[in-house]
Amino acid sequence: MEYKGVMVFAEQEESVIHPVTFELLGKGRELADRLGVELTSVLLGDGVGDKATILIHHGADKVYLFEDQSLKEFDPLRYKENIVPLLRDVKPEAFLIGATRVGRTLAPRIAAALRTGLTADCTDLDLDEEGNLIQIRPAFSGNIMARIRTRTRPQIATVRYKVMKPAEPNPERRGEVIKRDVKVIEDSGLRILKKEPGKGVDLTEAEVIVSCGRGVKSREDLVIFKELAALLGGVFGSSRPLVDCGWVEREHQVGFSGNIVKPKVYIACGISGSPQHLFGMRDSDIIIAINKDPSAPIFSVADYGFVGDIYEIVPILIKKIKEQRRTAKNLKFLQHGT
Amino acid sequence: MVKQVPDIERVRFDVETGRLDRSSAEGITNPFDLNALEVGVQIKERLGGRITAISMGPPKAESTLRDCLARGADRAVLLTDRRFAGADTLATSYTLACAIQELGDFDLVICGEKTLDGDTAQVGPEVAEFLGIPHVAYVEEVRAFDRERIIVGSDVGRFHYVYELRYPCLITVTKDVNVPRLPTLRDKIRARRAQIEVWDAERLSDVAELNRFGLKGSPTTVVKVFTPISSRRRGVILEGDAGEIADRLFDILKEVGALRIEGE
Repeated sequence: MEYKGVMVFAEQEESVIHPVTFELLGKGRELADRLGVELTSVLLGDGVGDKATILIHHGADKVYLFEDQSLKEFDPLRYKENIVPLLRDVKPEAFLIGATRVGRTLAPRIAAALRTGLTADCTDLDLDEEGNLIQIRPAFSGNIMARIRTRTRPQIATVRYKVMKPAEPNPERRGEVIKRDVKVIEDSGLRILKKEPGKGVDLTEAEVIVSCGRGVKSREDLVIFKELAALLGGVFGSSRPLVDCGWVEREHQVGFSGNIVKPKVYIACGISGSPQHLFGMRDSDIIIAINKDPSAPIFSVADYGFVGDIYEIVPILIKKIKEQRRTAKNLKFLQHGT
Repeated sequence: MVKQVPDIERVRFDVETGRLDRSSAEGITNPFDLNALEVGVQIKERLGGRITAISMGPPKAESTLRDCLARGADRAVLLTDRRFAGADTLATSYTLACAIQELGDFDLVICGEKTLDGDTAQVGPEVAEFLGIPHVAYVEEVRAFDRERIIVGSDVGRFHYVYELRYPCLITVTKDVNVPRLPTLRDKIRARRAQIEVWDAERLSDVAELNRFGLKGSPTTVVKVFTPISSRRRGVILEGDAGEIADRLFDILKEVGALRIEGE
């Protein structure tokens, strides 16, 4: 009846392991070592067996493998029907799942089936003196952080992507791959009719984001900022007001009710910085803000704050980038020419 | 399934104490739930049927159910009881699932992808599990429906998946699924006079274990709340004329590696 060990859900789509899995393995390894227990992982799919070794290289001691055609595509019911008996059998004290859409679709079904507690979208995990999992997550638009404890076992948490450091792979690491019998469900009530390419805009993966807010006066002016984003090899983003008034598509929205982003560089143009917007971007590596109002809250999270008019500054910047690139190109041409 | 939430975009927040001043903003219907209701209304317009709006919350959540009645729900049930209070997502889902069972036969349960205040997105899928029915979360489009099934689209991973779900089933919807229509004045007046059924814990005693409600039935507890330490920033504030600022910006972008001048 003893619950022991930490288990990580290995998320895969078309046999590609989602990178959040490596972050979970990194954190899971740390927790398991502190508790002096095993780190295991569960992988489901069809023809994904060779990926089990990668999980071991990233820190898993054991990988439970479910392979069957019925598990080729993610189906929350079919996944749950296989994971729940495994959890009942292995009895890990903690089960970690990425807070991706797959994870957040699956985890609640597992928690409800096991009648255990589930904490959503954690940004950190810790242990208390008794070895209970302390799950840390933002509450109320990220204005406050909550430390949450679960009295039932397993303690299940979904963990936000890109907040924890991924485990470093060690190709020398050895572990055990345990094949499990698959419970095959012929008809789960759900059928995939089609699989289409995604929307293509993924702010959460962008390295550079140029975002606009209420400082933009008309829809036509957005091209200025889109151009800057393109020149920097980045993606165009927006605060909520521009989405609400229909100028910008929702996929571009940064903030609590949009995308939570963490690019290398975030450039906020004419964004005052509501708590909801700051929540979605404040973890960016470098934040640059341009705003007319020196008291705008965006400056409180900025590394570089520029008090000025986006309509003056950005076009000059764009011009300069283009000029310098042209000069560099000409120079290169001349050098090659001689 | 709907929930009344504090208007998170308007509510005042005390950065020092980490407290939300709930009296500073009125309770609103969780915006994603309005999209959920609109899905139901559109199905009803084509196929007929009845929409029941169900909510768990304090007595004042009644106004949210009136909002639903004005927007096209036929029946409204408010689950309110001290014994429901303090529920985490597991106990909340259990209570809602029991109430849905108590309501009797249904084809489709629709809810918003998440609530503005809790932001867990867990209650929908947990209800589906308690009811033993399939579900799709984060539905962005309803492509088609008939009396046996509904076809929905959702971006789950790197792809956009189109699913066929057979009733009974549950979907959670995003804001992209539709634009909820506004109730007319006449609908509002009608809703103001309509009956809201209020259910307490006893009302569910045939289908539920009462100790799985509320705080007692909630395995998770918040042990501590704290204000996040804002990440340390350089906090350089620069003023000057636009040309100077643009030059400085240019240099910074180059320095941090966001801007490359030399061609490949």
